Order: sequence, then C-alpha cells, then structure tokens
Amino acid sequence: MIRFDNVSKEYRDNGNSITNALYDITLGVEQGEFVSIVGHSGAGKTTLLKMLLAEESPSTGTVFFEEVDIHGLSNKEIPQLRRRIGTVFQDFKLLPNKTAYENIAFAMEAAGRSDEEIAADVPQALELVDLGDKVWNFPHQLSGGERQRIAIARAIINQPDLLIADEPTGNLDPLNTQDIIDVLRKINELGTTILLTTHNKGVIDNLGRRVITMEGGRIIRDDKHGRYVL
Amino acid sequence: MFTTLRRIIRSGFISFWRNGVVSAASVLVMTVTLFTLGTTIFLGALLHSSLEYLKEKVDVNIYFVTTASEDEIMGVKTALDTLPEVAETVYTSRDQALEDFKKRHENDYTTLQALEELDDNPLGASVSVRAKETSQYESIARYLEDHGMAGGSEGSIVESVNFYQNKTAIEKLNGIIDGMDKISFVVTVFLVVISVLITFNTVRLAIYTAREEIAIMRLVGADNIFIRGPFIVEGILYGVFAAIMTLLALYPVTKWLGDETERFFGTMNIFEYYMQNFWQILFIIAGAGIVLGILSSFLAVRRYLRV
Repeated sequence: MIRFDNVSKEYRDNGNSITNALYDITLGVEQGEFVSIVGHSGAGKTTLLKMLLAEESPSTGTVFFEEVDIHGLSNKEIPQLRRRIGTVFQDFKLLPNKTAYENIAFAMEAAGRSDEEIAADVPQALELVDLGDKVWNFPHQLSGGERQRIAIARAIINQPDLLIADEPTGNLDPLNTQDIIDVLRKINELGTTILLTTHNKGVIDNLGRRVITMEGGRIIRDDKHGRYVL
Repeated sequence: MFTTLRRIIRSGFISFWRNGVVSAASVLVMTVTLFTLGTTIFLGALLHSSLEYLKEKVDVNIYFVTTASEDEIMGVKTALDTLPEVAETVYTSRDQALEDFKKRHENDYTTLQALEELDDNPLGASVSVRAKETSQYESIARYLEDHGMAGGSEGSIVESVNFYQNKTAIEKLNGIIDGMDKISFVVTVFLVVISVLITFNTVRLAIYTAREEIAIMRLVGADNIFIRGPFIVEGILYGVFAAIMTLLALYPVTKWLGDETERFFGTMNIFEYYMQNFWQILFIIAGAGIVLGILSSFLAVRRYLRV
C-alpha cells in the first residue's frame, strides 16, 4: 500500500552545510497493518510522515501510495490524496473558531460530501470517540484528551485508507493515552492502516505490532512483533 | 458546485461573526479608507463647481461705436456664433445699455444729471462673448483682430474690446484652474493609495492570524477554492459594512457642512449634492469597498496557500 524506494532528504543551510533528515529509506507497508515508528527526536520520523502527505518532497527516491507516485501529483490532485489519509497530531490541529461538530463536518465538506451524509455521519463519529455530549463545544472548551478524540473523529470521518498519528499521545496523561490507543486499535480492526509515531514505551510494548526503529535518518530495526528498544 | 458555494458563503459569514474583534477592526479601518474616498468625491465636486462659477464670470465684451447700426452689430454677433469656441453671445442694445447705466448709478445724482444734459445717448451697443473654455478667449480675440474688429482703427464699427484689459486676469485664472486640477488629482491619488495600503495591511494581519487554520484546512484535504472562499466572503462583508458606515457618517457631516459650503463657495451645497447623487456615491463607495475587500483577502491568503 505504501512504498518508499531509496528515499533521501537533504536540507541545505546557507547553501553549504547539508543535513540529512532521511538517508536511503526503503520501506513497505501493507493494507491493514498497524505500524509504530520509534526513535529519538530528529531521527526522521516526522519527515517520513510528511512525505506521505506531500508536505515534503524527497531529494532522491520515490514514495508510492497505492501505485501513485505522491510527488508526481499536481497541486490540484494533492487535496484528493489528503482526503484519503486521516491525520492526528500531538497539537491536535483543530480549527479554533469551529465547534467539535463543525471541525469534523469541515473535513466532509472539503471532500464534497452531501449535507445528508454529514448530518448522519458526524454524530456517529462523535459517539464512536465517546463525545456525543460535546458536539457544540469549541476546542478551547475541551480537555486535551477530548480534543484529541475530536481530531481522531475528524481523521476517520471520510473512511480513509490510511491514518497517520504523529505522537498523538505526546500531550496526554496515561489514562487519556490508553483511551486514544484503544480508539486507534479499534479503527485498525475496522481495516484502516495505521502509522503511529510515539515516544511512549508502554504503548509500543502493549501493542505488540510491527515496530520500525529509526536513528539519524536511517531505519536501524524493523520487527514484526516489536518492542520499544532504543 | 452550488453546495460548495453555499458552504463557502455560510462559512464566511460565521467566521466574520465569530472573529468579532478582528472583523470590527477591519471594518473600521476600511471605513476610514472609504470616507477618504468619499471626501475626495465631495472636494472634487466643490472644486469643479467653483471653477465653473468663476469661468462663467469671465467674458469678453465688444463695445461698438454709437454710429454702428444694429444690422452691422448683428452681423458680427452671427459671425461670432459660428465660431466653435464660442458658447454664447449676448447683445446689449444702446437703449438697454443706458437703462443698465442708470440703474447702476441710481444713487449717483451728479452722474445722472450730467447724463440728462446730453442730447443723445452717449453709450454704444455691446456684445458679450462667453467661450466654452477660458483658454479660448485668446483665439476669439485673435479672430476679432484678423477681421478688423479689434477696435480703435479708423472706420471700424468696434470701439474697443475689453479682452486686452482682462487678459492678465484671464491668464491667471487659467493658471489657477490648471494648477488646482493637478493638485487635487495628486492629493486624491495620494490619499487613496495610502488608505488602500492601510486597509490592505489590516486584512493581511487578520488573515495572518488565521495562517495556522489555513495549514490545517490544507492538511484535511480542502482545495484552494474551499479555503480561500470564506476569506473572500469576509472581505466582501468588510467592504459592505464599511460602505454602510461611511454612507451613514457622510449624512450628518455633509448636513453640518452644507450651509457653510454654500455660504463660502456661493455655488453648491454639499448636502444637496450628496442627496442628489446618493445612488451614484453609494455605487462608488460600496463598489470600492467590495473590490478592496476581495483583493486584499485574495492576495493575503495566497501567501499561505502554497502547498
């Protein structure tokens, strides 16, 4: 489903010094997998995920999403790619001036879904993340855990093929962390591929799924039933 | 397509309302801009009418000798009427001239008595000529000269032409009109450019605060029209509200200054001008506000839309 072919990414500072964010990454992810990516800050995890969203382009190599070369897409096609990928971030990235309901509805509106679909799906998604009673609250009226669950509801509302979760539990307490991971696991069971980055050892060890370990822009370990080893 | 448009408009209205403080600030700044624009409209009209008034005061009089017959004078008048530069000619007969003279001196007893002593009417007939443009008097005077009607020459029916006495005054007025036109143009452009830049910056600042939101919208897969649309709707709303406030503010201001301007310039009352040209002014002000709002939003969002 996802394939990185010899992908490298260099950043050039002041024209001279070159920083390698990614170094010759080759990686494949199958439909329905739950893959965790671990590594120190600056290991290249986020850069890897940004390439899938066409936010970053590789210096060399190609990234495929279901046989489509992501970086060969035109500016008009990129929004369509992004509608097929749900995203969840450490800082939630909710629209501050929109209510919980509107935040989720926005993703559907952007995808051109009908009003009937929106009216039917959004309450369902809010129920799924257990926030049926916070429909009309603005993000600043919600706790961190609640905000992240709104973000997850938004990420899955268009039934994406892939869900990217970039340190989704970074700002949450252990209880909320467990809730979020449980929700992600549930989503994965329904067939969505999940790419998760985290610094939380407990989360990784409990999942018992595929773990990719990165260091200095390279993949140093790829275990089918991995543990958090750094 | 229709659904998208409806969503964009609704979203624009909602964020205009929810970003109340930012919207109010933008509307206020744009109101100042539009008010400046409105002021230049009124100043322009005032200047124009004053100059028209002055121009009307300028004319050239041809005084005929007392022996000139009415037919001869009418011949000159008709010839002048055919000139393209001439707007109007008015004939004053000898009797009329005497009437006017008496009227002008009705309190001057000695002059009237001196007039009584004369057997005959000493005043000649005259034709006053008004040109379409003050700069054209020169060529009218030259025409008279070429046709032996400059006055003073032997056997001519023309006694004198007062262009030569008025020449400096006319030339000076021409200079003033030219200068005023240029100055008012420069001032208008200057004011409008400055206020447009200020509005531009305000809207850009308002959208700068929304750059995070724009990034999020892109991440969720919204295309550019869907992101940009609501901001443009907001821009239109800034323009509409600013136009309403400007038109409302102009009412008491012009009413208050109306009588003053009429007394001072003696030509027009800006309050009446406002009322008579209300729809035209509304069109200009609202049009400028909406165009400015759309343009500012469009350009400001573009910065954050690069993928």
